[in-house]
Amino acid sequence: MEILVCLKQVPDTEADIRPTSDMAAIDYAGVKFIVNVYDEYAVEEALRLKEKVGGKVTIVCLGPDRAVEAIRTALAMGADEAVHLNDPALLEGDAYTTALALAKVIQGMAYDVIFCGKQAIDDDLAQVPSILGEMLGIPTVTNVQKFELVGDKKAKVHRQVEGGLDVIELQLPAIFTATKGLNEPRYPSLPGIMKAKKKPLKALSLSDLGLSEDQVGSKGALMKVVKYSLPPMRQAGKIVDGETPEEKAAKLVKLLREEAKVI
Amino acid sequence: MAGVWVYAEVKDGKVKKVTYEMLGAAKAMAQKKEEPLCAVMIGKDISSLAPELGAYGAERVFVVEGDAFERYTTGAYTKAVCELVKQHQPSIILFGATINGKDLSARVAGRLGVGLATDCTEIGLDDQGNLKVKRPMFAGKVYAEVVFSDRKPQMASVRPNALGVPEADPSRKAEVEKVEVSVSPEEMGYQVVGFEQVGGGKIDLTEAEIIVSGGRGMKGAENFKMLEELADLLGGAVGASRAAVDAGWRPQSDQVGQSGKVVSPNLYIACGISGAIQHLAGMGTSKIIVAINKDPEAPIFKKADYGVVDDLFKVVPALIEEIKKLKAQS
Ligand SMILES: Cc1cc2nc3c(=O)[nH]c(=O)nc-3n(C[C@H](O)[C@H](O)[C@H](O)COP(=O)(O)OP(=O)(O)OC[C@H]3O[C@@H](n4cnc5c(N)ncnc54)[C@H](O)[C@@H]3O)c2cc1C
Ligand SMILES: Nc1ncnc2c1ncn2[C@@H]1O[C@H](COP(=O)(O)O)[C@@H](O)[C@H]1O
Repeated sequence: MEILVCLKQVPDTEADIRPTSDMAAIDYAGVKFIVNVYDEYAVEEALRLKEKVGGKVTIVCLGPDRAVEAIRTALAMGADEAVHLNDPALLEGDAYTTALALAKVIQGMAYDVIFCGKQAIDDDLAQVPSILGEMLGIPTVTNVQKFELVGDKKAKVHRQVEGGLDVIELQLPAIFTATKGLNEPRYPSLPGIMKAKKKPLKALSLSDLGLSEDQVGSKGALMKVVKYSLPPMRQAGKIVDGETPEEKAAKLVKLLREEAKVI
Repeated sequence: MAGVWVYAEVKDGKVKKVTYEMLGAAKAMAQKKEEPLCAVMIGKDISSLAPELGAYGAERVFVVEGDAFERYTTGAYTKAVCELVKQHQPSIILFGATINGKDLSARVAGRLGVGLATDCTEIGLDDQGNLKVKRPMFAGKVYAEVVFSDRKPQMASVRPNALGVPEADPSRKAEVEKVEVSVSPEEMGYQVVGFEQVGGGKIDLTEAEIIVSGGRGMKGAENFKMLEELADLLGGAVGASRAAVDAGWRPQSDQVGQSGKVVSPNLYIACGISGAIQHLAGMGTSKIIVAINKDPEAPIFKKADYGVVDDLFKVVPALIEEIKKLKAQS
């Protein structure tokens, strides 16, 4: 089975993210980068599928030079090879241009199942896998919490919806977006890390994709950030005082009713 | 090319509240652009719900009904929206940033090749009458003002509870236009063959106006009963920290935070939650935050409007009694 994982490198969840002083960009100085949290679940599910039915897991990543580190992490977890779309022209795009570039590469590859994350925790768009599915002409099932293969060309998955899980069946190839609860990702082992260094990692530039500069990156983007801002600072509020828990509770209810007017 | 549209999501025979919030913002935009304000409603046996959207300013509601739309599927719903767009060429479409609203809007954006901003908290127009939005990025650590290319429709999904529900005028009814859309099995993409209910949650977390959340300090699954009682009394829903979910005390769907749900209720009561950055990412835009924690140094107190430093096993039962008293009075 040919299994692909679309993987993005993103700032660590703990990172302090601030705009540059002109508020026109994000200042990444000193920021630590990690594999997108949801893409870890995607890699893990891909590895489990391969362990069950055999085949190959290939990582597809669009990102700058530093993204190699995230790709190596996935290879160390057990993925077999990787394709790195690395060209300055591809950066600063949006979900559409990212999906377009990914689609161009993937169209030239063999695939039965593509795992993505439900959302990249930097841009928080939750769009690339759906647009990619549209471009490849295959279904995308988002927010998957359980994945099973039925026969060799069909999948049965549980999709998180309001109040529960939709049980969904479909023909492969298809894209699935991983969410927390799908699995518990493994850590790269020491031998895994050693092996990862020798696994094939192919870097592609814009000319390899057959796309022109105005189709991708900021030129091709269908939306654009014009200004960043920081959220309004939340001030620490009142500590509700009182001698006993009962007194505090009574005071709190009074405050919520009369001051905050929320109950 | 004309029309400002709102996708009116229906769940269990009810229009989702975020629809009214979006109609409020969309009405102002439609007036400014001098274009009609319309809604799109898709489902089975739903047309009786359509006229009431007029109370919030919708002039016309396009209704796509049928067996193929009984349950949400990406394929059928995307086809319905895209057919309508082709016929009427709206300039702007808004969707609620619910699970299915995000799924649908992303697929529609892919099919039409237009821009889509996810999970917006402010919606408006620039001087040229183009859509301009504000949206959180990096889990709310920064906000971005976003503009779109000229490709129409320009689209956004809107975070529930961010805009507020406008005044309604129940005397106004929207005109209903039923539209036939047929969907082949291939276009469907996938089949929904079943449903598994998880948790007893009557109100979805992302739309709840009040959330009572519990963390590791709750010590066990059984203790969440008291949070459920408190939430019920307040007409709210129960949430949880990742620690509580990973311990198996609550289902995944209850998790609030970076790797769970982003919520923005009027009132968020955090019980036995320390306030890690990944938790704050999911509830930092709540209007009022209450923290109940026995550790006065817990970071949650830095974000809380009201803090109670005490044992939650004493404070929560006392709160329940107080709320009951309050209810008995009114
Ligand atoms: C990539 C990533 C993603 C993450 N995503 C999320 C997420 O989506 N959501 C999330 O919540 N976390 C998330 N986390 C985890 C997060 O970092 C914290 O570990 C987690 O939020 C801690 O949960 P907690 O506050 O319930 O537990 P703790 O931090 O252990 O806090 C428990 C609190 O309970 C208090 N307490 C104990 N007993 C009592 C009592 N009797 N009365 C009153 N107070 C009491 C303690 O003083 C303490 O402050 C994520 C972490 C990572 C690395
Ligand atoms: N630059 C990228 N390279 C590879 N995959 C990506 C990239 N951006 C997004 N994806 C995939 O699409 C998912 C959703 O991203 P987004 O739509 O940006 O929130 C991610 O979890 C990845 O699986």
